[in-house]
Amino acid sequence: MVASRAIGSLSRATASRMLRCPGYICRSFSGTSALRTRTHINYGVKGDVAVVRINSPNSKVNTLNKELQSEFMEVMNEIWASDQIRSAVLISSKPGCFIAGADINMIASCKTPEEVTKLSQEGQRMFEKLEKSTKPVVAAISGACLGGGLEVGVPAAFDMMLTGRNIRADRAKKMGLVDQLVEPLGPGLKPPEERTIEYLEEVAVTFAKGLSDKKISIKRDKGLVETFSFTELTSYAMSIPFVRQQIYKKVEEKVRKQTKGLYPAPLKIIDVVKTGIEQGSDAGYLSESQKFGELTMTKESKALIGLYHGQVLCKKNKFGAPQKEAKHLAILGAGLMGAGIAQVSVDKGLKTILKDATLAGLGRGQQQVFKGLNDKVKKKALTSFERDSIFSNLTGQLDYQGFEKADMVIEAVFEDLSLKHRVLTEVEAVIPDHCIFASNTSALPINEIAAVSKRPEKVIGMHYFSPVDKMQLLEIITTEKTSKDTTASAVAVGLKQGKVIIVVKDGPGFYTTRCLAPMMSEVLRILQEGVEPKKLDALTTSFGFPVGAATLVDEVGVDVAKHVSEDLGKAFGERFGGGSVELLKQMVSRGFLGRKSGKGFYIYQEGVKSKNVNSDMDGILASLKVPPKSDVSSDEDIQYRLVTRFVNEAVMCLQEGILATPTEGDIGAVFGLGFPPCLGGPFRFVDLCGAQNIVDRLRKYEAAYGTQFSPCQLLIDHASSPNKKFFQ
Amino acid sequence: MTSILTYTFKNLPNTSKWALQFSLRPLSCSSQLRAAPAAQTKSKKTLAKPNMRNIVVVDGVRIPFLQSGTSYKDLMPHDLARAALSGLLHRTNVPKDVVDYIIFGTVIQEVKTSNVAREAALGAGFSDKTPAHTVTMACISANQAMTTGIGLIASGQSDVIVAGGVELMSDVPIRHSRKMRKMMLELNKAKTLGQRLSLFSKFRLNFLAPELPAVAEFSTSETMGHSADRLAAAFAVSRQDQDEYALRSHSLAKKAQDEGLLSDVVPFKVPGKDTVTKDNGIRPSSLEQMAKLKPAFIKPYGTVTAANSSFLTDGASAMLIMAEEKALAMGYKPKAYLRDFVYVSQDPKDQLLLGPTYATPKVLEKAGLTMNDIDAFEFHEAFSGQILANFKAMDSDWFAQNYMGRKTKVGSPPLEKFNNWGGSLSLGHPFGATGCRLVMAAANRLRKEGGQYGLVAACAAGGQGHAMIVEAYPK
Repeated sequence: MVASRAIGSLSRATASRMLRCPGYICRSFSGTSALRTRTHINYGVKGDVAVVRINSPNSKVNTLNKELQSEFMEVMNEIWASDQIRSAVLISSKPGCFIAGADINMIASCKTPEEVTKLSQEGQRMFEKLEKSTKPVVAAISGACLGGGLEVGVPAAFDMMLTGRNIRADRAKKMGLVDQLVEPLGPGLKPPEERTIEYLEEVAVTFAKGLSDKKISIKRDKGLVETFSFTELTSYAMSIPFVRQQIYKKVEEKVRKQTKGLYPAPLKIIDVVKTGIEQGSDAGYLSESQKFGELTMTKESKALIGLYHGQVLCKKNKFGAPQKEAKHLAILGAGLMGAGIAQVSVDKGLKTILKDATLAGLGRGQQQVFKGLNDKVKKKALTSFERDSIFSNLTGQLDYQGFEKADMVIEAVFEDLSLKHRVLTEVEAVIPDHCIFASNTSALPINEIAAVSKRPEKVIGMHYFSPVDKMQLLEIITTEKTSKDTTASAVAVGLKQGKVIIVVKDGPGFYTTRCLAPMMSEVLRILQEGVEPKKLDALTTSFGFPVGAATLVDEVGVDVAKHVSEDLGKAFGERFGGGSVELLKQMVSRGFLGRKSGKGFYIYQEGVKSKNVNSDMDGILASLKVPPKSDVSSDEDIQYRLVTRFVNEAVMCLQEGILATPTEGDIGAVFGLGFPPCLGGPFRFVDLCGAQNIVDRLRKYEAAYGTQFSPCQLLIDHASSPNKKFFQ
Repeated sequence: MTSILTYTFKNLPNTSKWALQFSLRPLSCSSQLRAAPAAQTKSKKTLAKPNMRNIVVVDGVRIPFLQSGTSYKDLMPHDLARAALSGLLHRTNVPKDVVDYIIFGTVIQEVKTSNVAREAALGAGFSDKTPAHTVTMACISANQAMTTGIGLIASGQSDVIVAGGVELMSDVPIRHSRKMRKMMLELNKAKTLGQRLSLFSKFRLNFLAPELPAVAEFSTSETMGHSADRLAAAFAVSRQDQDEYALRSHSLAKKAQDEGLLSDVVPFKVPGKDTVTKDNGIRPSSLEQMAKLKPAFIKPYGTVTAANSSFLTDGASAMLIMAEEKALAMGYKPKAYLRDFVYVSQDPKDQLLLGPTYATPKVLEKAGLTMNDIDAFEFHEAFSGQILANFKAMDSDWFAQNYMGRKTKVGSPPLEKFNNWGGSLSLGHPFGATGCRLVMAAANRLRKEGGQYGLVAACAAGGQGHAMIVEAYPK
């Protein structure tokens, strides 16, 4: 939760929020210090309303750090003390951001839980004073308002605390978090963003005046719990201890089920709320700050903060701006991937051609894009008009018409080298000189694809993950011949598509597929050793993987998995061995291709949610059964056999220079392959768990299975010198 | 009029926008206008173009514009259109068989009379050999009818055109829900009792929820009033300014009505009711009364209220347009030339009602005129806030440079030449019919006040706009 408090956006609408404040006390007016310039906060007085403007210097967002906090308290104290001021408005001078939450660097720099507890208590005091303000305070929020930022405006709501999700303004109004919405303005005599903030301030000042003159009253009168309940009846029910216990239990159960006990924060939050309700708010606040302090020192916190920083890094184009911005895209192949890439392109305003070989295939792809957009209409994230106008960026066709205008062609045809060669040659005959040819492949080496190209410097790999509109990662693969400008352009397009990007060197399986392959091989072996798919899934998800290992094979597609393991098996030999590819081959021959064919390890039916094991698999598994080795087959061993093979391969990718940085390795594994986020990625995992422990595990399994588990040199180096860390 | 101008002047001590315009303008201007209107006609060029037929308005009429739900409420749209056509026939005595073509504008279509121009023409006794069609372009539908006619005459296809517009907001088509409609249509095709019963079994109570037409943009789902309120806020137009402008519109309309200046109005004997002779939406109130109203769209802090918005109106208008030589040959003394016109369109969300700002400089450039050449401005008043926002936009170099791709602003129209006989806020705004009223008001004002050029401009739903130059016919 700490990390996910980071940045987001309350898009579309701005909001203003009133804190209800009962009394009004005059205090003696002190000095002229209002004129003093501060770094983060300034305020001016309009009539009897103080307008407090938050504007952290040299930053796109305002974050709650020590200076901002202390300046804020200073200003508020002056406001409370002044008898000329009867109410206050809090507003950010940054368009699109109120306060993005606590400053992660501030928390990360704390060495002990006590330090964090202290920080947290200071924050609490600030919020408490604000809540008990004698003068009405209106928070005028435009854009991101998360975590502590939200608390400045709002006493946080139950639901929100748990999931740390971003909520849209109109929902915030419905949830009772904000009182008024102010629609963004169009152009007037100034740029729209500037005028909108001014207008928001004007409206907020009117409200503040109205509140202090008692002309406006706020209907809402809800505390922590009331916000989450919705009728008087539930309020009453909450006053009965027995009912409360039941509710705590239910919430806890739900949280445990969702987090599998891997994330400590949500449960502690429940504890804190419980303490607050049962023992009063003082005890609640104390417990909150202590628990918060403890949480920030956990491995999970470190892992998530690391991921947050990594993600920020991978959202930047370190190759600079490309010479020519790609505006016209052409995608070859309207399959699941091609259509997915088209969807994330058209909704960012890229003119996109979707080409397929058959009308039926093209129609399916167009329908996929339309459905993706239409689902957003159903969720009210888009209007039907916006959907239509976005959809008009897509041109579906069967020929190469218009390719002469394309800035980038992304091919997503079937994973077959000769087919890729054919389309590359065809495309190069029609595209302009500057056009980039990107190949969306999960395993075929890009230099082999580029072998037939007339201009290999324009050929690059762009490995998207399925489903493209949901998976954030894009793995960009450069060959030795790929030019820097080509890379810059591919990264720019990926960023525009909203992707988190890692750039890796070419090689069999690149980075992601290469890490996954040995783990998949181990999955097969474990299944052959007689572990039920359901059991295997439970073991992997309880380790933190979002999708169980057997389910993952079904999702990826058994035929794809077979293809990849054969290809990489050839490239890496015995090291990628383990389970028998024969298992996958037999599945393919029986038509068990996973979700797409309705059957794999499980049976998939439209509209049926619960998954049933495909009993036809029993025969195949029985015929390929191998005896399990009892000393490495405990539940924990099974989990670690999977994870250590993954981690070992990842470290080897860094060792071989496939990966440029461990950060990209972590981001790729977490965002592309679902490596447990609570572990922070394979490299963070080695750091936090200790390289020696990993090597010890690998050695144990090596003794049982051989070279597949031999730790790589870089890992051994880290184990032998404990000071060596991937992240300092 | 003078008294009203001074009234406005007096009432704007703090918001000196209008006052500023007064003081900035040469002292002589308004007094000259008052003292000797005829002296205004300088030796201006005419806008006739070589190789282009001159097109004239012989005359134009409208039935009184009424608030919806009043005397016209039991009629159908073609009844109103017919009354306007009869009025035009009566006023001009044009032989029915001379009319080559009839075009009407309308917005909310009555399903039974979707080509309302034809139904009205037949009922009004025009020759059944005269073709008629109906056009729609939101609030500039009648303008579209006129300019379509101009096109027919200019290209030599026709000599005599009747153009007009009609709107009946007292009755709008309220439909069954799509589900219900679908069921009813399938029921039509069902042949056996079994098929019918199985269709009936699919019926759900929510099928009965009706679908109401809304004055909202289809593309953005935003109602026009909401957009107007945001527009006013974007240009920082205050509630007080808006109320004052609305009051001006009502006061000027009242004065024009009392002095008999609204000569385009023809009486309409409503079947079963009294003869209607006057617009009934003109109600000058006081600023205090207006200030009491709550915002109508953005609650509770918006600035657009019922009092500073145009109201739902029933009405129809019609005019006789001819090639000049034809009019002269038939012995008519035309009222005005219809000259250059433009249509513009822009972002339907944030610039929905800025059509006049975009259209004005464009049409002036086309005609080779400047703002100073215009003697009578007739702009469609959708909302006070919309008019004042347009003034500010027209007067802003920043807006011209950043949004219109122009080097400089065109300047805002001088208020003393602007909608002097009231506007849509007070006279009413039957969507499809307003365009003809604007042109006739400009033409009649030029005759009365002695100017040469009039500028008509209007905004329309869909983020569109229109402007046209009207040139007085030499006396």
